[in-house]
Amino acid sequence: MGEKAFFTKDLSVYYGEKQAIKKISMDFPSREVIALIGPSGCGKSTFLRSLNRMNDVIPGARVEGQIWIDGRDINDPATDVVLLRQKIGMVWQKPNPFHKSIYENIAFGPRYHGIRDKKKLDEIVESSLRKTALWDEVKDRLHRSALALSGGQQQRLCIARSVAVQPSILLMDEPASALDPVSTAKVEELIAELKREYCIVIVTHNMYQAARVSDKTAFFLMGDLVEYDTTQKIFTNPSHRSTDDYISGRFG
Amino acid sequence: MNTPVKEDRTAGDRLTRYPKHIREDWFGRVYVYLCVALMVVTIFSIVWFIASKGLNPFVSGAIGIPDLLLGHVWKPEGEPPLFGALPFLAGSASVSFIAAAIAAPFGFCAAVFMTQIAPKLGRTVLQPAIELLAGIPSVVYGFVGLSVIVPFLRDNFPGQGFGILAGAIVLSIMILPTVTSIATDALSTLPAGLREGSFALGATRWQTIYRLILPTTLPSLLTGIVLGISRAFGEALAVQMVIGNAPHVPRSLLESAATLTSIITLEMGNTVGGSLHNNVLWSLALILLLMTFLFVFIVRMLERRAKR
Repeated sequence: MGEKAFFTKDLSVYYGEKQAIKKISMDFPSREVIALIGPSGCGKSTFLRSLNRMNDVIPGARVEGQIWIDGRDINDPATDVVLLRQKIGMVWQKPNPFHKSIYENIAFGPRYHGIRDKKKLDEIVESSLRKTALWDEVKDRLHRSALALSGGQQQRLCIARSVAVQPSILLMDEPASALDPVSTAKVEELIAELKREYCIVIVTHNMYQAARVSDKTAFFLMGDLVEYDTTQKIFTNPSHRSTDDYISGRFG
Repeated sequence: MNTPVKEDRTAGDRLTRYPKHIREDWFGRVYVYLCVALMVVTIFSIVWFIASKGLNPFVSGAIGIPDLLLGHVWKPEGEPPLFGALPFLAGSASVSFIAAAIAAPFGFCAAVFMTQIAPKLGRTVLQPAIELLAGIPSVVYGFVGLSVIVPFLRDNFPGQGFGILAGAIVLSIMILPTVTSIATDALSTLPAGLREGSFALGATRWQTIYRLILPTTLPSLLTGIVLGISRAFGEALAVQMVIGNAPHVPRSLLESAATLTSIITLEMGNTVGGSLHNNVLWSLALILLLMTFLFVFIVRMLERRAKR
């Protein structure tokens, strides 16, 4: 196992009175894929969202505990959320391309962070699209609307958009569950490719997907982290009964 | 056992030529078609009526179209009578566009506030307040304009207070609900993921609003403005009360002017049906109607763009 990309310490999230995440401490190694699995409502998406403070925008949500990245606790009020989110990209279940051209979708983030030079933006757009294996498919229509792309292409565009701001961590919330099998396979290939550079945390409902793409797997249940180990171990020899039950489809 | 009875009845129904459900369906269809036909007939007869009256002065050769559209002088009682409507066209256009220019930023900001910044406060306080604004009768607006805005302008600027600026301010408040509610609708129907997508790239709320949300909703925002202008163009009473009603092309915003609508309401009662003067007023009404068509057309174009 390589160095740690980041870790959480006693992280709790409350929605009003309800505690959605209960004191979770987890280490995330860099250049690995970590899958978060568990039944609906177990808190895995909430956990994922809290990692780049997306819960800030939800009224009534409250986060306690620490998330350490590069020697800083990001829940510290002094943390610059803008810089933080540059470091941690996020991709959602439903592709959410902006109503702009393909080029503008990618250039959007870098522009926020002050890159104005046209040549530099061109480079970023091309390299981001290459990284997500989209370049050959869209290079002739960079200035057409991103909404004309297929669902799978849109999702890869969203990944490219996150990559364009040069994060070190990518959070993916069921990135393939709204896609057809072919597009899903492409996104999974992409994840395998991207993990050479990034730490990828992926929430998935698909056991096979977790087994295929991830190096480590965390099983969540009712806001608790039940088990966190190598994917190999979780899927072949889990230490907890409930993990075994969930993986073999006896509940959830 | 009532099965045989039931069977008898369906058998009986099948024998009738027009069973109940067919008759009901037929009745419903006739009713709907009648209503639609009546509506279409009404609309077309209104257009026909205005057009036939309004085109009369030109057809009869009393005045030419350029005389009306480009003439500076409005002297219906003169010898020969002059019907130059340019002052009213200029008046209508300037009050409407200035009103839209004033209302648009307020409307956008209110909509952004209600949807992006404080949705709860927006829904419970601002939205009802703005809807209330839409329900106030125009004579009340005119009255308020007459007793607040006109004296204010008179005391602080040269002139009598009556004029384009007073009209535009009153109209801007009147069209604010239109602009705001259309902008609010557009903003609240944005896909939820867009905002989060932008936040996740490290954008601040303001960057998200002006770099992503405003450009994305621009066609709808423009629709709101055009509808606002259209409403301002057609408003008669409130404008007439504060604009001063002087039939000349205004050289400043503080000078008295008149609009197409205000001149129609002012002079309609003083003319005899069928007279040239009366018919020229119908020509002005025709111009208003054509302008409305134009606005509807623009809105349609914008909507088509917004859908893409």
